[in-house]
Amino acid sequence: MKHLLSISDLHRDSAISLLNLAVEMQQVNSRDVKKLPALNGRTVANLFFEDSTRTRFSFELAAKRLSADVVNFTAKGSSVSKGESLKDTVQTIEAMGVEALIVRHHHSGAANTIANSAWSKSAVINAGDGTHEHPTQGLLDALTIRQRLKGTSDKGDLSGLRVLIAGDILHSRVARSNLLLLRLLGAKVGIVGPATLVPDDARILADFVYFNFDEALSDNFDVVMMLRMQRERMNSAFIPNETEYSTLWGLSESRFNLLSTDTLIMHPGPMNRGLEISSAAADSPQSAILDQVANGVAVRMAVLYKLLAQETSLK
Amino acid sequence: MVTRTVLDAADIDRAIVRISHEIVEANQGTSNLLLLGIPTRGVFLAQRIAQSIKKNYPDFDIEHSLGKLDVTMFRDDLSTKPGREVTPTEIPVSNLEHQTVVLVDDVLFSGRTIRAALDALVSYGRPKAVRLAVLVDRGHRELPIRADYVGKNLPTSSTERISVKLTESDDEQSVVIEQ
Amino acid sequence: MKKNHYILSNVQLSNGTSVDIEVKDGLIKTVAKDLSGADVIDCSGLIALQGFVDLHTHLREPGFEQSETILTGSKAAAKGGFTAVHAMANTMPVADNAAVVEQVYALGKSAGYVQVQPIGAVTLGLSGTQLADLGKMNASQAKVTVFSDDGKCVSDSLVMRRALEYVKAFGGVIAQHAQDPALTVGAQMNESELSLKLGLTGWPGVAETAIIARDVLLAEQVQSRLHVCHVSTRGSVDVIRWAKARGIAVTAEVTPHHLLLTEELASEYNPLFKVNPPLRTQDDVLALREAVADGTIDIVATDHAPHPADSKDCEWGEAAFGMVGLETAASIVKTTLVDTGLIDWVRFEEVLSTNPAKISGLTDQGQGIQVGSFANIALIDPATKFKVDAVSQSKSSNNPYLGMDLSGEIMHTIYRGTFTVKNSEIQNLGAN
Repeated sequence: MKHLLSISDLHRDSAISLLNLAVEMQQVNSRDVKKLPALNGRTVANLFFEDSTRTRFSFELAAKRLSADVVNFTAKGSSVSKGESLKDTVQTIEAMGVEALIVRHHHSGAANTIANSAWSKSAVINAGDGTHEHPTQGLLDALTIRQRLKGTSDKGDLSGLRVLIAGDILHSRVARSNLLLLRLLGAKVGIVGPATLVPDDARILADFVYFNFDEALSDNFDVVMMLRMQRERMNSAFIPNETEYSTLWGLSESRFNLLSTDTLIMHPGPMNRGLEISSAAADSPQSAILDQVANGVAVRMAVLYKLLAQETSLK
Repeated sequence: MVTRTVLDAADIDRAIVRISHEIVEANQGTSNLLLLGIPTRGVFLAQRIAQSIKKNYPDFDIEHSLGKLDVTMFRDDLSTKPGREVTPTEIPVSNLEHQTVVLVDDVLFSGRTIRAALDALVSYGRPKAVRLAVLVDRGHRELPIRADYVGKNLPTSSTERISVKLTESDDEQSVVIEQ
Repeated sequence: MKKNHYILSNVQLSNGTSVDIEVKDGLIKTVAKDLSGADVIDCSGLIALQGFVDLHTHLREPGFEQSETILTGSKAAAKGGFTAVHAMANTMPVADNAAVVEQVYALGKSAGYVQVQPIGAVTLGLSGTQLADLGKMNASQAKVTVFSDDGKCVSDSLVMRRALEYVKAFGGVIAQHAQDPALTVGAQMNESELSLKLGLTGWPGVAETAIIARDVLLAEQVQSRLHVCHVSTRGSVDVIRWAKARGIAVTAEVTPHHLLLTEELASEYNPLFKVNPPLRTQDDVLALREAVADGTIDIVATDHAPHPADSKDCEWGEAAFGMVGLETAASIVKTTLVDTGLIDWVRFEEVLSTNPAKISGLTDQGQGIQVGSFANIALIDPATKFKVDAVSQSKSSNNPYLGMDLSGEIMHTIYRGTFTVKNSEIQNLGAN
């Protein structure tokens, strides 16, 4: 069975082909009848062991637009809170005739574990695992960047573009998937954040590393992607406090105003307005934040279509 | 492998010209006509039919009468014949309501591609009528579908392969039966 | 055949000499060439070594019998050529008092496959705060001399200091699980580029090295004996080497898995490779191998940690730490150290038998294959290659070596004159 667990499951051409398929899916989403019969009669389960309404909705819509039946499993109020193991949960759901599992889990590698296990035969799509990866987010970000900066009809890669990812690199699965994918597609990627959240080892993942936000912003990146700052990080001594973080690492209005008007602003959401991003930046015409959300459905349709309808490996 | 050429380049050209006349005649003119080629070779055939019509009816508005319809995502054999790339669908009019759509494909065989095309088409709207033009009809239908315009009827054995080559995609032009 | 009198013929000793060994009534009666007068067991091609002594074994009983019992763990040990194991204290109830250690000791005796020597907890309930009944455990029938909170680090400096001081009076030793808890909250694997890529919380080498550095200084301060469990990094080796040069009474162990396996095995999130301390880098592996060769590391101990299947058939983050190791230990030491030319069989015998027996003060083990000693002997066939399969004496199958090709099979194990393993088959000792 075929899976999407990590961006490293893709190579350059398969990633571009997924993006191009997503463009076709965007057309479907703009029609009167937003439906394809491709997954008619197939059943997809959203297995969300961690809360995320928007990602779950996005996958659910994607599957439904391909005519799949969708069931939703969320850990809250489920048997997991009664101590059921991942294995038992997966086996139970598969016994009901589910063929694809869209998995969000607080443990890194949980989707890999299901995909590699003897107890699952389903196609597995990683919808975010711990601090590991969120491959469909990487794909939708790549599509957003390509369409906004290279035009909606572009069918190529992201070479020539420079993307800055700012904030908590260490704990961000979005950052990880983006770093891998954007560089796979030929973009140059910089990372910036406090040294506690941009560990030495992260340098192997990026083309440029900065520990000063203003210095990074002055380097004329085409895209500035802000990451969500999780407030619980303050308690583990990663950063001193919220005020210091927003002062030094937030995309404030004044920092935003210094950027070129061509700079694309992105954020995977949900945003902490006033902490890592100002409303001036988030709501500006330069912001691609809503495009990201819209593209999420198309990208996830493309992934589901490839894995389930064509049953082709993404490689 | 034994091969037998059943249509040569000139035969194909003649068939296209004839089909283009039949289409216009049945449509009583060129208005509200929409030719939709089914990738890959149906697209080239649709282009040639359009050019042939234009030659005889200079008023024919090719820009709004020629498009392509990708049926990949509507097929019923997706899982058994994987790997087909999805190509863009281009429908040059915003409303199909008054259009007579002519689907164009190279070979009509089981009828399943055309079934998928009909499904694909309804997701874009409700045409006034849908017709079907094919270069070759080789029989062995699995669905109640027939072509309105046929270049050549070719009774074949189901084990034979029909190979359509067009200059646009193959650098030569012929219809060959392979055994 | 009278079982208590036989001759092992044509064995090769660790020093390379070829002899016959006559065993009678559990003791080695004669070591010479061309012996006769009793049943002769042809051991041509086999190397006879002192029975191995494991200073670090989790037998799980009492409390976790679904993973292992003293009987099944003893059998697994015998299968691996061991004649003595040290049962770690993190059982339920914890071995922090005389009653539990005496129970473990007695169960080991009744199993009869190996000498089971209990290790006592350093602190009550492994809490790290209040000392356990160290003296009473030592004075018990089990004569506990090694104390460890293994699984947890005695992280409080004062408690560690007091423990070192307290056991000095009766020649005890504190075996430290060196892991700074604050630096390893939620740690899942070695902290590295790979942990970053996999999104698994890192376990930095410094969390081990810093505790070792503190502990050797404490041991020096109070002039007591420290043993460092499962050393896993090059940095830790350097600190221990420094401490030894300074004359500090520190001994150190390495596990077979840290001599062979590296962190890359975590790449597929297969929990079989989840262990604490975690698998490190190839550079660390090489440093550990060299340290065994140059004497910085004194012993190889298995840290045999059986777990039920469910606790490994799950996501990495939920999986238990640990791997089994008794049955494969000798082969791995041979593969990683002997076959690579780093050590000879004499050193092999030291690190798997003489030295662990000495650290623990066992007088019946590791005393050499010489006349008058207990006949605790492991006979290893250095030539046979075999594929590690799932067949095991252990109750658990969390074996990271499954499918690996190893060489150096244990052909016979003799514990006090009795064959516990013969022709690589575990023997039924009847009493069980």
